[in-house]
Amino acid sequence: MGNKIVTAMELAPKTMLFEVEAEHIARRGKAGQFIILRVNDEGERIPLTIANRDPEKGTITIVAQEVGKTTEVLNAMGPGDEIHDLAGPLGKPTEIPTGKTVVCVGGGIGNAVVWPQVQALKDAGNKVIAILGARTRELLILEDEITEIADQVIVTTDDGSYGRKGMVTHALDELIDGGEKIDEVITIGPVVMMKFVCKTTEPHGIPTQASLNPIMVDGTGMCGACRVTVGGETRFACVEGPEFDGHQTDFDELITRLSYYQPEERASLDNHHRCKLDAAAEALERQD
Amino acid sequence: MSDTPKKPKKNINKAKTKTPMREQPAGERIFNFEEVPLGYNEEEATLEALRCIQCKNKPCIAGCPVGIDIPAFLKLVGEKDYEGALRKIKEKNFLPAICGRVCPQEDQCEMVCTLNKPDKGRDPGGVGRVERFLGDYAMEHDLTITPECAAPTGKKVAIIGSGPAGLTAASDLAQKGHDVTVYEALHKPGGVLFYGIPQFRLPKEILLREVDGLKDMGVKFVMNYPVGKAESLESVRERHDATFIGTGAGLPWFLGIPGENLNGVYSANEFLTRVNLMGGYKFPDGADTPVKNIKRIAVVGAGNTAMDSARTAKRLQPEIVYLVYRRSRLEMPARVEEIHHAEQEGIDFQLLHSPIEIVDNGKGAVGAIRCQEMELGEPDDSGRRRPVPVEGKIKEWAVDTVVLSIGQSPNPLLTADCPDLARDERRGTITINDWMQTSYEDTFAAGDIVTGGATVILAMGQGRKAADAMHRYLTSGDPAAPAGEDSDVCDGLS
Repeated sequence: MGNKIVTAMELAPKTMLFEVEAEHIARRGKAGQFIILRVNDEGERIPLTIANRDPEKGTITIVAQEVGKTTEVLNAMGPGDEIHDLAGPLGKPTEIPTGKTVVCVGGGIGNAVVWPQVQALKDAGNKVIAILGARTRELLILEDEITEIADQVIVTTDDGSYGRKGMVTHALDELIDGGEKIDEVITIGPVVMMKFVCKTTEPHGIPTQASLNPIMVDGTGMCGACRVTVGGETRFACVEGPEFDGHQTDFDELITRLSYYQPEERASLDNHHRCKLDAAAEALERQD
Repeated sequence: MSDTPKKPKKNINKAKTKTPMREQPAGERIFNFEEVPLGYNEEEATLEALRCIQCKNKPCIAGCPVGIDIPAFLKLVGEKDYEGALRKIKEKNFLPAICGRVCPQEDQCEMVCTLNKPDKGRDPGGVGRVERFLGDYAMEHDLTITPECAAPTGKKVAIIGSGPAGLTAASDLAQKGHDVTVYEALHKPGGVLFYGIPQFRLPKEILLREVDGLKDMGVKFVMNYPVGKAESLESVRERHDATFIGTGAGLPWFLGIPGENLNGVYSANEFLTRVNLMGGYKFPDGADTPVKNIKRIAVVGAGNTAMDSARTAKRLQPEIVYLVYRRSRLEMPARVEEIHHAEQEGIDFQLLHSPIEIVDNGKGAVGAIRCQEMELGEPDDSGRRRPVPVEGKIKEWAVDTVVLSIGQSPNPLLTADCPDLARDERRGTITINDWMQTSYEDTFAAGDIVTGGATVILAMGQGRKAADAMHRYLTSGDPAAPAGEDSDVCDGLS
């Protein structure tokens, strides 16, 4: 018995939002935690952040960007379809301060994580500023949802098609230089972006948590695929993270580790496309 | 002609050695994930069963961690009553197809067998082989032998973790009429039986079939449900009359040497999980979880998991598989049979070498493994001679993959959620009393979460002991057995 998809919505090209039945995760999940899913019985286990949850409806919201076979299969699913396996909530929740000024810096799909974090931070009485980055306007996701909760939202696009032109780090620099007293920064997005966010805050001594996204297999501490180096020590992101002190994190190692299976991921996707083509060709032949 | 009735002669096969078991030749099997020993046919199984002399003191029963009446089932096989034999085994062990394959019989029932006289060239009875035959026979003939369950007691029991300890406890408690639910964190049942033990040692179809047998007994399985995360242990305990923890030893150790986070370095857990649980050897057709195209690989360690890793690696068709171990052959903890199979398959043993660095190939991935040559010194606490470095002798092997199989600790996913549950802080194991009872009165624990890491059958033996205690707890409120009732077969396990 899988987990039924209740709603499916395209947020941006190749980026889907799903509301999925998962009662216990809806009840127990917290901002910063993730789930592991498999789309079918041959599927790999991939981690996705819990973007939102509705304990009353017994549903959680996940956001998936197409980067490989699994996410392509997932994003082709719709309401009524079942996700074969879904386990969670995994990882440690974001540590939520109270009465502080916190800046959440999200990039791309990372905004799906910023969303519940902003909510949790607001609920705990913090002042929350969100900086949301995207390459271009049509890839910006969840702006409305986050704007509704945050005290202030700054949008940046690399190409200037929307919001401020430039990187999230420019906006963050401006905030700091403008005299905003920032107690903490939480960042989630592409690894390179997180690395530079941490480089931006470090000279100012602003504590910065980075939500890491290493490769995982089981997600329960059993395999160690997700190990990252923080403060010179090996940590398992699935059980000790995914959030770590960004100033202590070895981002370059993470980038290298994330790239290890790229040739295989490409082969898997090509193989999947070939299979789809073959099936389409067969269907056409049957019609003739 | 007088017709004096003769005393009926015992039908015994006097062969000194075990009936040979056919094997897939090493040269063939390294190209597939099929089983290595092919198992007995009916004739071979009967022949081997008849080697049992039905001696009076039956040491084998005490030698079996779950106390199977071995002479009785062998006798039934000798009479070709396979169904009766299966029934006899299932009184004590509902997983014969699994235990026949993965139990170290040479250290248990077969070691103490009256026939066992190695100095006289006489083998013990091939208990494991006949047991496996029965398990396979049941499967081939679609024979479902569901043990009779007692009338429902109305008591609800939670089993956390579906590994060997949990499956055994679930079976025993269901038989006693309790309402049993098994909670498993992963998407497949069996714990280490699924993710750890390779297909060629234990086909997954066999495991799943044995689990189906449990479902037939009314045991419910909830998959993808990591207790401690999906639900607190406290809440699980509230919903059940008694709770069993068998979450195993799933936290892999690393060596703490330079280069351990390079691409291409795996824990044995990850390597085996990718291949076994996720079916990575079928990638990309038939499984989506990738396994690299490995050319040269070093497996570090010499336990059963190391042998499984090396032999699994071999089947992925690399040029060479090294097995690097810091002591000598004599100290290898793996089963003799596993070491033998690994050697047959051409695993290159590099003994008395201890890794000191994994060398970067310049691209953030493994290029070589650098080792310190060792020699054996004085015995250590474990009684094995301690390896000591040989000054100045460093060796390096060019490899692209390193698998570390040097042990693991109990998985903290559950215990992190219940800080007041008594445990050994250093080892991470849950503390239990003589009745496998934890510091929570209604909660029992067994298997690697208690021992820190042992074998499948020991976990099963403990699962049984815990189930007995839980039954007493559920019926009388006191897990301690009245004097003389406790099964002594499990002594020494806790």
